[in-house]
Amino acid sequence: MIVSPVRMERLSLRRWTTRFIKSDSVTGYGLISPALFLMLLLLAYPFVLAVYISLTDRVLGEPGKFIWLSNFLKLFQDKFFHETVRNSFIYTISTVFLKLTLGLILALLLNQDFPRKNLVRGALLLPWIVPTSLSVLTWLWMFDSLFSVINYILLGLGIISKKIPWLGDPFWAMVSVIIVNTWRGLPFFAVSILAGLMAIPQPLYEAARVDGAQAFRQFWHITLPLLQPVIAVVVLFSTIWTFADFQIVYILTHGGPINATQIFATMAYDVALVAGRIGEGSAISLFLFPALLVVVILMLRYLRRD
Amino acid sequence: MRRRHLQIIKRIFGLYLPLAAFLFFALFPFYWMLISSFKSNPELYNLRAKRLWINNPTLEQFKELFRKTAILRWLSNSFFISFLTSTISMAFGIMAGYALARLKFPGAEAFGLATFITYLVPTTLIFIPLASVVKSLGLTNSIWALVVTYPTFLIPFCTWMLIAYFKSIPKDMEECAMIDGCSRTGAMIRIVLPMAIPGIVFSGMFSFTLSWNEFVYALTFISSTTHKTISVAVPTELIRQDAYFWGELMAASLIGSVPVALLYSFFMDYFVSGLTAGALKG
Repeated sequence: MIVSPVRMERLSLRRWTTRFIKSDSVTGYGLISPALFLMLLLLAYPFVLAVYISLTDRVLGEPGKFIWLSNFLKLFQDKFFHETVRNSFIYTISTVFLKLTLGLILALLLNQDFPRKNLVRGALLLPWIVPTSLSVLTWLWMFDSLFSVINYILLGLGIISKKIPWLGDPFWAMVSVIIVNTWRGLPFFAVSILAGLMAIPQPLYEAARVDGAQAFRQFWHITLPLLQPVIAVVVLFSTIWTFADFQIVYILTHGGPINATQIFATMAYDVALVAGRIGEGSAISLFLFPALLVVVILMLRYLRRD
Repeated sequence: MRRRHLQIIKRIFGLYLPLAAFLFFALFPFYWMLISSFKSNPELYNLRAKRLWINNPTLEQFKELFRKTAILRWLSNSFFISFLTSTISMAFGIMAGYALARLKFPGAEAFGLATFITYLVPTTLIFIPLASVVKSLGLTNSIWALVVTYPTFLIPFCTWMLIAYFKSIPKDMEECAMIDGCSRTGAMIRIVLPMAIPGIVFSGMFSFTLSWNEFVYALTFISSTTHKTISVAVPTELIRQDAYFWGELMAASLIGSVPVALLYSFFMDYFVSGLTAGALKG
C-alpha cells in the first residue's frame, strides 16, 4: 500500500503532538499551573501592591497620591514606632530563646522511656493544635486583674505576697505575652528536636560510653552537634513567625498598656484598619520583609550546604 | 539496695518531676477553660469559693451561648471553609508536589524555591493590600474571601510536605507501570498516591487545622456577624464594650477547640510521624 506524502506528514505531526503532550515539561507545567496562578494573584501581586501603597498617603476610601518615602521617614521619627521596633525585638528574642531552651529540655525528657509516652506526647502538643485565639482568651481570663487564677495559686502557695498586675503594667504585660507565646510555640520546638534526637544513631553513644564520656560530655560532643540542623530550621521558622505574630498580642493587650507590647503586626493593623491610614500601615507591615529576607537567605544557605 | 534507691530518686528528679511541670504548664489553661465553662456566674465570680474545682456543675453557660449567639453558624462557617480550602489545597498540592518531585522541566527548581519562600511569608506582611484585592474581586464580607485566600498559605505547605513524601517513594514501580502502558497521570493516581497516603492525610489534616485556626485574614476581610469563623467570632462578638462574660467565653472556646482536638487525637500517629518527617526534611 502506498501512503501519500501528505498523509505521512499528518501522521508524524500527530505523533509529535502526542509526544509533546506526554512530555515531562507539559505535564509539569500543567500540574503546577493552578498553584502558580493562585500564588501570583493572591501573594505576589499583593506584595507588589503593598510596596506601592506604602509609597502613597492612601487613607480609607481615598486612593491617595504618591509621596515617595515619606511614610518611612515619618516612621523613623515616630516615638511610638521606635517602641514597636524595640518591643518586637524583645518579644522575638526572648520567646525564641525560651522556646529553644525549654524545648530542648522537654525533648530530652521525651526521648527517655516511660509509661503512657504517646498520651503524654499528645497532651503536650495540645497548645500548638488548638485555635490560638481561643486558648489566648483563656489566658486573658487567667490574667484577669481581679479574678486571676495565677495570682490565686501563687498567693495560695505563698510565692508572692501581693497580686501581680499581669496585663495592667508595662513590664508585666510584656512578660505575659512572652509566657503565652512560649506556651504556644514550645510543642513545635520539642517535637521537632525530639525527631532530631531519635535520628541520632545509638552506637555513637555506646562508643562514647566505652571511652568513658559522662552524660554531659556525650550531650555536648554528640547530641548538640548532631541536633544543629534541626535546631537551625526550627529557630529560623520560629523567628519569622514570632516576629510577624499578631493574635497573642492583639487579644491579650491590644498593644497596651501605653504601647508597651505593641509589635509590628498589631501596630500595622491599628494604623491601617482602625485609624484608616492605609499607606502608613502598609509601610509598617513592610518592616517584616527584611526579617523574612534574612531568614530565607540563611535557610537557603543552610539547605544548599547539605 | 542503695543503688536502686538512688536510681529511683534520679528518675523522679530527672524525669517525672520536670515532665509533670511541663504537663502542668501545657494543660492548666485547658483545665481552666473546661471548669470555667461549667460554672454558674455566681460561682465564677466568687473569690471565696474553691476556685480550682467545680462546686455546682451547670450547663447554664452553654445554654446562654446557644440562645444568645450565632455559634452554630460560626461553627458551620468554620467547617465549610476549612473543609473546602484544605481539599482544594491538597489537590493543588498533590499536583504541584508530584511535578516537582518527579518531573524534570525548566523552571521546576525556581518554582520549588518560590513555594518554600511563600510558605514562610507571614499573613501579616500582606493582609492590608490583600484586603483591597479581595474588595476588587467583590468578596469583602463573604466567606468566599477566605476560601480563595487560605490556599495561598495552605498550598505551599502541602506542596512542600508532599514533595518530601513523593521523593521517598521509589521510582521503580511507577516506571514499571508506565512500561506496561500506564500513562504518567495513571501511574501517579494508581501507584504513587496510594503509597503517599500518610503524607496526604497529614497535610490535609494540618491544612484543616491551619484554616480553622486562621485569625488575621478572617478578622480583616469579614465584619458581619453571620459570616465570621469561630476563631474570630468568639473574641470579637462575645466581648462587647469591655464587658467580659467569662463563662460564655470559655464555653465557646471549648466548643471551638474540641473539633480540632478530636481530629488530631484520631490521627495522632499520622500527625507525629508527619510532623517529625517535616521537621527533619525542613
